[in-house]
Amino acid sequence: MNAFFGSIVGGLRHIGKLTIDGIWRLGFITRFLFALLMASGQSVRRIHLTFRELYFSGVLSLLIITVSGLFVGLVLGLQGYDILQRYGSADAVGVMVALSLLRELGPVIAALLFASRAGSAITAEIGLMKTTEQLKAMDMMAVNPIARVVAPRFWGGVLSMPLLAALFSAMGVFGGWFITVAVIGVDDGAFWSQMQAAVEFRYDVVNGVIKSFVFGAVVSLIAVFEGYDCEPTAEGVSRAITRTVVTSALAILALDFVLTSFMFRGQ
Amino acid sequence: MIPAERGAPLVSLRDVRFAYGERSVLRGIDLRVHRGQVVAIMGGSGCGKTTLLRLIGGQLKASSGVVEVDGRDVGKMGRSDLYAMRRRMGMLFQFGALFTDISVFDNVAFPLREHTDLPPSMISDLVLMKLQAVGLRGAASLRPGELSGGMARRVALARAVALDPMLILYDEPFAGLDPISLGIIGQLIRRLNDALGASSVMVTHDVHESLEIVDYIYFVSDGRIVAQGTPDEIRASTDPFVHQFVNAEADGPVPFHYPAAPIDSLLQGGRS
Repeated sequence: MNAFFGSIVGGLRHIGKLTIDGIWRLGFITRFLFALLMASGQSVRRIHLTFRELYFSGVLSLLIITVSGLFVGLVLGLQGYDILQRYGSADAVGVMVALSLLRELGPVIAALLFASRAGSAITAEIGLMKTTEQLKAMDMMAVNPIARVVAPRFWGGVLSMPLLAALFSAMGVFGGWFITVAVIGVDDGAFWSQMQAAVEFRYDVVNGVIKSFVFGAVVSLIAVFEGYDCEPTAEGVSRAITRTVVTSALAILALDFVLTSFMFRGQ
Repeated sequence: MIPAERGAPLVSLRDVRFAYGERSVLRGIDLRVHRGQVVAIMGGSGCGKTTLLRLIGGQLKASSGVVEVDGRDVGKMGRSDLYAMRRRMGMLFQFGALFTDISVFDNVAFPLREHTDLPPSMISDLVLMKLQAVGLRGAASLRPGELSGGMARRVALARAVALDPMLILYDEPFAGLDPISLGIIGQLIRRLNDALGASSVMVTHDVHESLEIVDYIYFVSDGRIVAQGTPDEIRASTDPFVHQFVNAEADGPVPFHYPAAPIDSLLQGGRS
């Protein structure tokens, strides 16, 4: 009986520890964000530092984003046509493709790809700089590593994410058009005009951009934080990269639900 | 060599104690570095030498006691004061800590570009002068990954002295070097110190190389200074710790065995 209670108490204690650790970490990341924002002046004053990171996290992600966007659009076109033609409204396939991409798939999938392509690279780079004492060396040279290394990477990620999501959606719409209009033979005029009539700028496009902006900030913050906070060993860096991808994916999907429930309630 | 006593010391530690959480690392250290001197802090691995260096550089704060650099208490400095002090300080890390994504030239130029508004042509001249001083002007366009361990250490040294510091800190400058590179680094430490009119603090466990180039040596063991003196005094010392250290003896005041129950109890059948 005692052993039974002991195991219950042990289990509760474990849950308590996990909760306290989680809250402690949340506090730590918030303080880190605050320090990052305070040290962001240099990212603006020396804008070339931020542009360099924009290149690394944005431009170098173009290939995966465009190719994935294209394939997602192709699949959406096929599935949309298959379902809509049962109800005799195959012309509306353009609307379906555009709305699903702009509202959900564009921001969410682009953010997931961004986390695994650019987020993991940012964590690895900062983590390795920490492991090889480069951050400490910088600090000893009276150069704040948060201002010089972390902030430009954060802002580079924040700026590139909405652009990547927009590109993803554009490629997806193109993919949907290609498969339904050019291959299957849906009417070209109907495809575009229905889309133009149904997609609202403020309600659909702006909300999608807000989402991608939020995802960009969250993924970039997680990536730089995990790199900066990692244990300075090979194993520590590899664990930090895994945490970046896993935590980012969970955060993106959970935040997407929260944002969607605020943004889209049926007009 | 420069005489030991010359006015107020540049670095002075008075009764400095430090603990990582519960684990006490330094237990009352008194140490002085006078201007122009090269001072070595020696001791076995994990005795708190590197911690001492971090206290001087202000990366850690002492639990009690005073760490003074150029007459100012490092422990009481805010971030901007600390950074102002570090601009006059150079540090050579154990494995160089070069920035791996930029060239040798850009590594040495880094502190100059961050802290001065000098035109590119002047920065270029200064960087090439520093690289010439460590014999690596020809390697300016290489990447850190293309350098040998000894060369990387020399580039890091050029970077550490880029701003002509008043104090240079060395963390294990000889670790993992072949005898030729080791001799070169040793000579450079002495020559750069004298040419720049700087002072140097070097944490190392390489006794013989250090005795050749330094002015004064402190031995640290178990968080305390157990012996000190000029190289000649150290060579002539009869102190058992110094003797064990200088002659690399396996057993002595630093025991060979990790503390354990007497071997007799084990032989008589008891395992605990």
